[in-house]
Amino acid sequence: MHVPDGFINAPVSVAAGVVAAGAVAVSLRGARRELDERTAPLAGLVAAFIFAVQMLNFPVAAGTSGHLLGGALAAILVGPYTGVLCVSVVLLMQGILFADGGLTALGVNITVMAVVTAVTAYAVFRGLVTVLPKKRRSVTVSAFVAALVSVPAAAAAFTLVYAIGGTTDVPIGQVLTAMVGVHILIGIGEAAITTATVGAVIAVRPDLVYGARGLTAPLKLRVGGELVDAPAAEPAPVAARSPRKLVLTGLATSLVLAGVVSFYASASPDGLEKVAADKGIDTKVEEHTAADSPLADYGVEGITDARASGGLAGVIGVGVTVVAGTGVFWAVRKRRTSETSPASVPDVPEKV
Amino acid sequence: MGAGHAHKLYRHGHSRVHALPPHTKLTAVFAFVVVVVSTPREAVWAFALYAALLAAVAYVARVPAGFLLKRLLIEIPFVAFAVLMPFVAQGERVEVLGLSLSVSGLWGAWNVLAKGTLGVAASVLLAATTELRELLLGLQRLKLPPLLVQIASFMIRYGDVITDEMRRMRIARESRGFEASGVRHWGVLAKSAGALFIRSYERGERVHLAMISRGYAGSMPVIDEVTASRAQWSYALALPATALCVCLLGWTL
Repeated sequence: MHVPDGFINAPVSVAAGVVAAGAVAVSLRGARRELDERTAPLAGLVAAFIFAVQMLNFPVAAGTSGHLLGGALAAILVGPYTGVLCVSVVLLMQGILFADGGLTALGVNITVMAVVTAVTAYAVFRGLVTVLPKKRRSVTVSAFVAALVSVPAAAAAFTLVYAIGGTTDVPIGQVLTAMVGVHILIGIGEAAITTATVGAVIAVRPDLVYGARGLTAPLKLRVGGELVDAPAAEPAPVAARSPRKLVLTGLATSLVLAGVVSFYASASPDGLEKVAADKGIDTKVEEHTAADSPLADYGVEGITDARASGGLAGVIGVGVTVVAGTGVFWAVRKRRTSETSPASVPDVPEKV
Repeated sequence: MGAGHAHKLYRHGHSRVHALPPHTKLTAVFAFVVVVVSTPREAVWAFALYAALLAAVAYVARVPAGFLLKRLLIEIPFVAFAVLMPFVAQGERVEVLGLSLSVSGLWGAWNVLAKGTLGVAASVLLAATTELRELLLGLQRLKLPPLLVQIASFMIRYGDVITDEMRRMRIARESRGFEASGVRHWGVLAKSAGALFIRSYERGERVHLAMISRGYAGSMPVIDEVTASRAQWSYALALPATALCVCLLGWTL
């Protein structure tokens, strides 16, 4: 599954490299928050574990066997940041030491196999765990779904990268169908193994499973024949951190990518459009209903310079996305806080 | 590091390539691969020249051809994919040996095969002439975040330990008559993986405590700082520079 050199063209490889570097930088900060100064030995040992477990062969039938990819497992066991970091380090070492995956394709490999897999898996997992009842079974069920979704998501992400910067114009629809189809099968295997592994760890050391942290029962003291909540340890005061710098940097990066880099990315039409143009399919294409919107075809109406027009459209797109995303986030968060505050009182602790 | 800790891909030697500082080698290999990837695929002769360049490096480093070719086998999965390309790609078709193949698919397959093989060969040469510890020092010299380098070095250092632990678990399973032959046995294997995770994590905690008791405060001391002289840099960069000339010729011709 490692992408070799020459599979994705140079500009898209560079863009993916920038994305991967950003993701690794964010994960480094996040992992330090998750593990503080234990980061280096613990993340290193977990990376070694991922590396070893990828060599564990799971026989399927009649001599064929598969192995674990580990992105979802890492995210659930040690948290999303550390998970991304561990899988990235494994990929880096595989690229440099074992020539597994091209050096120029390292960005693509990290983006697709570490970032997309771990982040998708963790988002799905977290979402399901909050919705489902607080039980051990729901953790394993969520782990199954998360791992199942993460593998085809990585395949779809790879297809997207290939559609933008692939070096051969294989019809993208076919690539998507083939990739996602095959990877749903792989995902089922991945999900079964991930679930069983997470279940095995929860049975022995539930405190080690990052994704199951909310499930540990609070400590009880027996005072005069009655169970009383033990006084919680005073949480260490966390220095107030402003996310402003991160947000501003992210926004600036997106704006630069959308405004400047997008021109180079879209300089050659994408595979599907090119195929359509070659075969003359697009002569019959009906104009899209949004074709006369001001941003049709990723350009701004009334601006004739292609570069400025495309760049401006990208910048406007980023702005709209940020505003819409922030709006959704605020709405969801407001509802969450108002829902959970009264319900948290009759919380029956679950013994895990 | 003793001989037992050298990785399997490393080939001990005393050539000029072995003696180069690691960060110059890393830079050279990376620049070379970038140049190769940005070469137009129609310039077939350019790729032959690149291969000749790598062969020259292998000769100077005294890496035998058989060793290099055996390591190239790692790219077999992509070869399978590349062989499929001419059949599924679109565009005008051409008859070869009674098969209808796509012209752009053939070019695409050639593109992936040539560039992928050259990239793998360059990485194999790097790994064959550089020790692990040196590689990590080189990455640190190239301003990779120190924390990332530390994580990578722990992964490398304990990779063999964890793999050995997994091997012992396998021997324990097999000596009790267990043989994994199908999906039914996944539960047992997954329990082993879970146990392996717990052992790795707990080993990490022990390692951390051992480090703290020896005065670790968040950063590792660097005792063997590597530096490169101008001559070493120019010697290492001769490879990508020559490749760049070939690439420019490929674009103009």
